Amino acid sequence: MNVDATAGALAPEPRSEASVAELLHARRFGAWADAPGWLGALCTIDHKRVGRRFIVTAFGFFIAGGAVAGLMRLQLARPDSTLIGPDLYNQLFTVHGTSMMFVFAVPIMQAMGVYFVPLMVGARNIAFPRLIAYAYWVYLFGGLMLYAALVLGIGPDAGWFSYTPLAGPQYGVGKRSDFWAQLITFTEVSGLLIAVAVITTVFKLRAPGMTLNRMPLFVWSLLVASFMIVFALPSVMIASTTLILDRLVGTHFFNPAEGGDALLWQHLFWFFGHPEVYLIFLPGLGFVSTIVVTFARRPVFGYVAIVLSLIATGFLAFGLWVHHMFATNVPELGKSFFTAASMVIAIPTATQLFCWIATLWTGRIVVRTPLLFVLGFFFILVLGGLTGIMLAAVPLDLQLHDTFFVVAHLHYVLIGGGVFPLFGAFYYWFPKVTGRMLDETLGRWNFWLFFIGFNVAFFPMHILGLQGMPRRVYTYAAETGWGPLNLVASLGAVIVVASVLLFVVNVVRSYRIGAHAGANPWRASTLEWATDSPPPPGNFHPPLAVTRGAPLWERGGVSGFVEGLANDPPEVLVTTLLDASPHHRLAFPTPTIWPLLAAIATTVLFIASIFTPWAVVWGSIPVAITLIGWFWPRRDETKKRLRLERLP
Amino acid sequence: MYEGGALSALVPAGPQAAHIHTLWLVMLTVCALVFAAVLGALAVAMRRAPRGDETTEPDTNMLGNDEPALRRAVSFGIAASAALLIGLLVTSIVIERALAQLPLHDALHIRLTGHQWWWEATYDDAKPANVFATANELHIPVGRPIVLTLEADDVIHSFWVPNLHGKKDLIPGRTATITFRADAAGTYRGQCAEFCGYQHANMALLVIAEPPERYELWAAAERTSAPQPTEPLAQRGQQVFLQSTCAMCHAIAGTPANGRRAPDLTHVASRRRIGAGTLPNDPVTLSAWISDPQRIKPGVNMPAHVLPGADLQALVAYLGTLK
Repeated sequence: MNVDATAGALAPEPRSEASVAELLHARRFGAWADAPGWLGALCTIDHKRVGRRFIVTAFGFFIAGGAVAGLMRLQLARPDSTLIGPDLYNQLFTVHGTSMMFVFAVPIMQAMGVYFVPLMVGARNIAFPRLIAYAYWVYLFGGLMLYAALVLGIGPDAGWFSYTPLAGPQYGVGKRSDFWAQLITFTEVSGLLIAVAVITTVFKLRAPGMTLNRMPLFVWSLLVASFMIVFALPSVMIASTTLILDRLVGTHFFNPAEGGDALLWQHLFWFFGHPEVYLIFLPGLGFVSTIVVTFARRPVFGYVAIVLSLIATGFLAFGLWVHHMFATNVPELGKSFFTAASMVIAIPTATQLFCWIATLWTGRIVVRTPLLFVLGFFFILVLGGLTGIMLAAVPLDLQLHDTFFVVAHLHYVLIGGGVFPLFGAFYYWFPKVTGRMLDETLGRWNFWLFFIGFNVAFFPMHILGLQGMPRRVYTYAAETGWGPLNLVASLGAVIVVASVLLFVVNVVRSYRIGAHAGANPWRASTLEWATDSPPPPGNFHPPLAVTRGAPLWERGGVSGFVEGLANDPPEVLVTTLLDASPHHRLAFPTPTIWPLLAAIATTVLFIASIFTPWAVVWGSIPVAITLIGWFWPRRDETKKRLRLERLP
Repeated sequence: MYEGGALSALVPAGPQAAHIHTLWLVMLTVCALVFAAVLGALAVAMRRAPRGDETTEPDTNMLGNDEPALRRAVSFGIAASAALLIGLLVTSIVIERALAQLPLHDALHIRLTGHQWWWEATYDDAKPANVFATANELHIPVGRPIVLTLEADDVIHSFWVPNLHGKKDLIPGRTATITFRADAAGTYRGQCAEFCGYQHANMALLVIAEPPERYELWAAAERTSAPQPTEPLAQRGQQVFLQSTCAMCHAIAGTPANGRRAPDLTHVASRRRIGAGTLPNDPVTLSAWISDPQRIKPGVNMPAHVLPGADLQALVAYLGTLK
């Protein structure tokens, strides 16, 4: 008691040990460090904190979307089931598709980019970090709105594709399809902002010496995917906006009775919708390239071929959209063109598969969970790709379109091409993000249950489709004979659920008691492994310069350091686009609450405009106020920056 | 085989489905071989490569060396893929041509309109008096080509009878056609294949292919008006039909009932199923359907009818006379 009192008298300000640590932390990392506590967490613009919460949120929506799918499999497990009626079932499959595509798959790939692209190119933060914080909040609020609508029983129910006129004002009654259209608006805003930030980071913030041809393949894949987002999302933006206009203010874009066109919707939607599949798939390919290289212990075979394949895929993906519309009365000759394009896009994918096999062929293989997920990817994706070639042929598509065969195909492609590499990436990068390894034994259980459960759940659907089972049916008669295979599929779904739960257990357990990872547990070659695990604020102290494509593997790969950049205010080195030679110093923005406030104002505008068009008018006032606050210059910061200005 | 009609893309019953089935067999064979080849190469790679662990020194000797053996192998793989894809593309186009070249001489023309959630069929004829309407059940003559003109009244539907042909969408504001032929007599089940709202799952139709002479008999019967009921119970049933809300949506030729919002009932008793392929057509099911269709097809546009027991019985008896 006495001693404590003395100690208190001696120290001018009593501090706990934790706050001393925080103070040291702030001093060491300057303005890169966030303020402690809740306010700091809400204001953060550190790409790692935003990226981490982005990944966790998107994974949460993956679980939610999976739970919704579980309910659907429960209903379809038996014929003539009356567990779930058509009203709820239609909401479930709409929310499942919408959630998995817009709220899980695209955002989580972008979130992985937000976290790892700056680290892999040796940047101190992502470009436009406040925009990234804003994009996260907008995304979070949009996703919550979708699930709130579902929980209230007014979830969208016209399918994730929301074909008009079913989603239009005449047949889509209530506000259900408006929730869908506004969710698209939320995710568009978020997705476009992140794409712009990733492109800028890759082009302008690379470590000096990281020429374009030394860039890690994952960065290339995110770069191409980001460009695809920039070109694809405006199409669905037009679509969802015109749909809202039809529904809210009585325009007739999609109403044939008033000179509109129901088919126009499909063109707009799929012009976005098909590239969307590839912009989920490309980051997946980036994960595979990364993992194959590290676990084959050699640089990738065919770096240039893989980069060109990624770019080719990015272009070709925009020439396939009509293969979703072969059953409509689009002219037959035109359809053949899209058949050819849909088949050609298999070549860049095949090129990459062959390059990876060649890399493994000549490597020294380390079999760990990330590599297992990549091997699973090979099996599932090749199968899904081949059924995709079947669907590209117009005559065969006429039989298979809109049946369970397509349900099987799309899950083989998206889970095989996206989710399996993503899980591999989780195991691969978890040590970097948390400083601890995921458990390897649980990881193998996780993989095998997922692999077996997935195939048991989805392979039978190919056969169901050939036996005439259409998609999006809430029930079927026993006499159709579809009962047994549906039961098998539902049992497979149970195994997948068990596997994902095991993953969650592994994450929670390893986060607390996993083995310490150290900076580079896999002895990998790329720059994110050159800094601590987890990386400190500002990532690299000091920032690195490189002269090789695999900097941590080659003698002289990390050739030096960048000096003369301030930590307060935070400064970064801007480099040139092709050669990454130093160009100029740039003072970076500092943490602020305004992106969160702007996101709240935007959310109010978007959600209120579901109910009244006037919300667009009055709702823009708070948005304007928060944006002004966002950009308002701060006197103290300006002073600090001026002090750092030097004449050349 | 399903009591409500055969239902499989793998059992073609006409030339169109047979062409597609051929393409399926070609695709399945090629794709199975490619799958085996790629996974086989991966398996060999995994078997032959030595194992290492995280401490294994990375091998960077090949940097600056273009590894000619690997390059040849990968180039061969890419060239082989391209060649196979071109082969499949040509096959697909050849099959497409075959589908487009179905001889249409002496074709039977039927207009099919999709509604939420039933099918309206109008059999065309050069003589206007021979035009007739029916619903949810198509009878077609074996061996004679069919030209189906497809339209939609509300939302998009899709016509699909897998044993006869692939699908074709019925899109509001647009007209599409699909041509096919049944070469074997039988009952084939069709199903709406484009999501169209609550009862998309229960929007089926039957295509009954029968020898031409039987088809002609059926068509001749369909062209006649409904017979006037003779029995007192059925007569009372007709009164119930005409005086309740039934007549506002349904039509029965030969009576004042001329509604067009719901299936034409002129010869409803000759159909095998009711509720767009959902239920067998028998008196018990029919009276359950009339009393509370929402219980059977939730969301269906037909309202429930609370009729006194005797009226319901009379109504079902009357409908039973509409052969």
